[in-house]
Amino acid sequence: MSVPFVESVLLGAILSGMPVLYAALGEVIVERAGVVNLGLEGVMLMGAVTSFASTVRTGSAALGVLAGATAGGLFNLILALLVVTRQANQLASGLALMFFGAGVSALLGAPYIGSRIAGLNPLQIPGLAHLPYLGPLFRSDILAYLAIPAAALVWWGLFRTRWGLSLRAVGENPAAAYAAGYSPPAIQYQALFLAGLFGGIAGADLSIGIVKTWAEWMTAGRGFIAVALVIFSRWHPLRIVWGAVLFGGAVALQLQFQARGAPVSPFLLDTLPYLLSLGVLLVWAGGRRHAAPASLGRVFEGTK
Amino acid sequence: MASAHARIPRHSSARAILRATGLFGLAFVIFAAVLLAAGKDPIRAYRDILSSTLVDRYGFSEVLVKMIPLMLTALAVAIPSRIWLINIGGEGQLYMGALFATWAATYFAALPAWELLPLVAALGFLGGGLWAAISGVMRAYGWVSETISTLLLNYVAILIVSFFVFGPWKDPESANYPQTAEFVAAARLPTFFGTRVHLGLLIALVAFIVYHVVLTRTRWGLEIRAMGGNMEAARRSGIAIGRYVLVLMFIGGGLAGLAGVGEVSAIQGRLRPSLSPGYGYTGFLISWIAGGNPYGIVASALLMAVITAGGDVLQMAHRLPGSVVNILMALMLFVVLARRRVP
Amino acid sequence: MHNVEPLVALRGITKSFPGILANDRVDFDVYPGEIHALLGENGAGKSTLVKVLYGIHQADTGTIQFGDRAVQIRSPHDARRLGIGMVFQQFTLIPALSVVENVALFLPHLPAVLDHGVIARRIEEVSGRYGLAVDPWAPAWRLSVGEQQKVEILKLLLARSRVLILDEPTRVLVPHEIDGLFRVLAGLREHGYAVVFITHKLPEVLTCADRITVMRGGTVAGTLVRAEATERGLVGLMFGTAWPEEGSSRREPIRESARPLLELREVDTSGDGVSLRQITLTIAPGEIVGVAGVSGNGQRELGDVILGLTQTAGGKKIIHGQDATRWSVDRIRRSGVAFVPEDPLRMLIVPPLSVLENMALADTRKYARHVGLTVDWIAVRRDLEQSTRRLALEMLPPAVPAGTLSGGNVQRLSLVRELSIDPRLIVALYPTRGLDVRGATAARHLLLAMRNRGAGELLISEDLGELFSMSDRLIVLYRGRIVGEARPKDTTVYEIGRLMTGGVAGG
Repeated sequence: MSVPFVESVLLGAILSGMPVLYAALGEVIVERAGVVNLGLEGVMLMGAVTSFASTVRTGSAALGVLAGATAGGLFNLILALLVVTRQANQLASGLALMFFGAGVSALLGAPYIGSRIAGLNPLQIPGLAHLPYLGPLFRSDILAYLAIPAAALVWWGLFRTRWGLSLRAVGENPAAAYAAGYSPPAIQYQALFLAGLFGGIAGADLSIGIVKTWAEWMTAGRGFIAVALVIFSRWHPLRIVWGAVLFGGAVALQLQFQARGAPVSPFLLDTLPYLLSLGVLLVWAGGRRHAAPASLGRVFEGTK
Repeated sequence: MASAHARIPRHSSARAILRATGLFGLAFVIFAAVLLAAGKDPIRAYRDILSSTLVDRYGFSEVLVKMIPLMLTALAVAIPSRIWLINIGGEGQLYMGALFATWAATYFAALPAWELLPLVAALGFLGGGLWAAISGVMRAYGWVSETISTLLLNYVAILIVSFFVFGPWKDPESANYPQTAEFVAAARLPTFFGTRVHLGLLIALVAFIVYHVVLTRTRWGLEIRAMGGNMEAARRSGIAIGRYVLVLMFIGGGLAGLAGVGEVSAIQGRLRPSLSPGYGYTGFLISWIAGGNPYGIVASALLMAVITAGGDVLQMAHRLPGSVVNILMALMLFVVLARRRVP
Repeated sequence: MHNVEPLVALRGITKSFPGILANDRVDFDVYPGEIHALLGENGAGKSTLVKVLYGIHQADTGTIQFGDRAVQIRSPHDARRLGIGMVFQQFTLIPALSVVENVALFLPHLPAVLDHGVIARRIEEVSGRYGLAVDPWAPAWRLSVGEQQKVEILKLLLARSRVLILDEPTRVLVPHEIDGLFRVLAGLREHGYAVVFITHKLPEVLTCADRITVMRGGTVAGTLVRAEATERGLVGLMFGTAWPEEGSSRREPIRESARPLLELREVDTSGDGVSLRQITLTIAPGEIVGVAGVSGNGQRELGDVILGLTQTAGGKKIIHGQDATRWSVDRIRRSGVAFVPEDPLRMLIVPPLSVLENMALADTRKYARHVGLTVDWIAVRRDLEQSTRRLALEMLPPAVPAGTLSGGNVQRLSLVRELSIDPRLIVALYPTRGLDVRGATAARHLLLAMRNRGAGELLISEDLGELFSMSDRLIVLYRGRIVGEARPKDTTVYEIGRLMTGGVAGG
């Protein structure tokens, strides 16, 4: 395979994998805490529009990322209010949140349609950035460099800290976590806020890192792909990295095939991540224990 | 699951309607504030929406047109939900129904309408039904939860439709537009009164009546209610749960498939990749708001159809992005979600 | 006897729930270095009392003295801060987490960043001291019931509890595990812990308790030190004058029948729970076959295989002389097999449906008319009345949702429904678990009556007394295999108990 081919696939994989990776890292946190967020799409849209608008206004992409993350975090608190405080159905609340994000972001973004920005600049790592084959890895933007450390951080937080332990306990059995002296609602609020930060960063990466424009519904289903990735990874943050690479690779290959007129349908290739997620679940279906948090999607009624 | 020991006594329907009106009123007020903040006149916006949907004859017909897929996809959720199956796959089932229907309309184009139309509808039902039944099988054997598999299969279905529309089925005459050739006249669902309201409306209403009667009067309804009330007891009483999982998923998916049939055969007249603006998801929310209640589904579908149609008004007359109506829709859902305790 | 202050003293505790006075001016105290048994029937008020002590309930009146000061215990957190811990009947371990993580979750001063190794070492240290050995790295789902209980106790010890409340801790244990638990408790006593031990089994009380408080009808019937207590005296306190008569089982000889109702030939299963291995078993008309075993050794699976809920992986199942290996649940039920469950409201009755609708679920095919488009409610009602009459019970209101019936009436509904078909074979799964003495006696009478009318029965129970008094034959299940078979009169409780725990027959 030619150097340019590999390089463009690699570049494409990084570009299309990153937003999904960040979003999925957030989603794995909330799902470990027992909440499914089908509104991730809306959270990403909010992050995308806020960061884009901030970048246009301030000229600083860093501020843009920050604003996008904050917007995502705050936006997810709506979901917290519904599913934690009001104990509403999680799937319906998530979908409603998605529609809300789509509407609000469209409204906020209307003045910015057509604006152009420099966005996040690629940071070249001297000496490595021009390596054949692997070069694209070392001339990415800051968010791409931080992706794997972020995954490691999420892993560490979930499995090596008291907070992570209590969070997983809430996701498995909120009554037991409560009995142990932790407050499931508080933990789920924290998880949702944190996941919102990640979702917002994912949106920011999309609008100011990759595409560098704003368009309505620009996430185009990536929020749902992130949810699928969490399942694919069996609720493990490090395995999400592989899932994101796989997804990004499929998209990148697809673009390359398309550009070269190869006889592989891009659409059928695009079904791979979903079919693989299903396949993974099917393969593990016979296992002794499912990896899904036991209390995922349920309502914690309290102990009254 | 539901602790059915202490059921909250049902409110009288008058009070329920009153309460729903109050809640939705709240959503309208908040959305008015949003419009104000965006520099628009909310009163004029609401008046325009109303006058161009419910009051206007053509506008109302368009509301009905939008109600058809919403009612069908809501039923696609409501029917499996009677036995605690969560079908978020209405969107994909709709696409598969459209795909199968398109195949029938193209392949059997030579048949007369009275043979072709039932065939198109039946294949559409079959397409959506089989797509949902995949999830049903995986659930019945306890492999993968239907919530996850229906969600994942949505994307697969949409991509498969894109594959055909961009690839083998692409109409060679439609230059750059990815779409199939137009259906022959015999494959078009009849429409009424010179509007786009089509036979699907009648099919949806009949589906509601059948749903209600089966659930309340028949042996199968009794067994479904038993499963809904206590799955373990139903299993131990000898009810074949796996079979019901399959059948109810199939019927639900089939109805969503019929929604797809309506879109390709009556509205668009051909298969396009952007077949549905998320009818499947909106249908899920409608079914959820209504708690599976048939009247509630019809009423909620009407409301959502008005809001969706209102989006066009806001876009054209008020120069707002069309998806701004999603805010109104979401606000309504929020107030309902925040209000109600779900078992 | 005590020259020290009690660690905790409850004085004049009164607690009422709507329609019931659960505790009526109860005094209760426990000293350091003491095992204090709380004895009484179901519904005597034991659970309510300890839940007041643990902060789950708040007393209406009364005081709690902790050491030398009066305290308010408003929540389990308050209780644990004072050093009061409780092991519930339903363990609260989280299956997906390891032992270390389960224990860490309960540690009061857990550092923000966890060091699993340190916690594991503390677990090993404490478990070594009290004989609570368990692998700290094992995920909780892999632990046996006995091990889970050890972890629950470890959780309390590591969280520095001084008062340990154990709610019927022996219910789930096999005899040698019970001995082990008592050794653990004795060790804790030596180290000055105060143990509150709830039970309704007299021999256990007499084996391990220092002091015994007997409750009856929400009040304290008496508090005795071990030396004063006798079995007869305790029974008197527990039941007052109304000592329940255990129905004498009028035994009739097993009819020599041409063919058994049920035959299992080398049946294997595979699946989530315990797998059955090479089960060979017959049940004849007029015979009760008792199944002994520690719960979780395949009893439920055995019942489910017979009822057709679990498919066999190998072997043959023959019902009424026909190969029924592949029959559906429905087909098996219609051949005259009934099910008497442990908890009808969970396993057999659909709460939102009416009594009549629940009755129809016994056999919906039988009551269906016009291919199923309608249901013949008149026939359902006729059968309901007929079956109720035959069992000499009172007619239940047909239109009322089953979920609103009292517990006793739910049980009656389930029996009326299941026995309406005049079953030839009955599978009874822990039929008296959770029932009060009177309800249990009634259920046993009914099962014996059905046997005397010629039904064959499989009686799965964890109550060895019940098994010995009712069964014509006993089999013992251990890890999914039949490890012993005997007639009750030819064996002893001790021998069966040893087989239940994996001992070898006759060895």
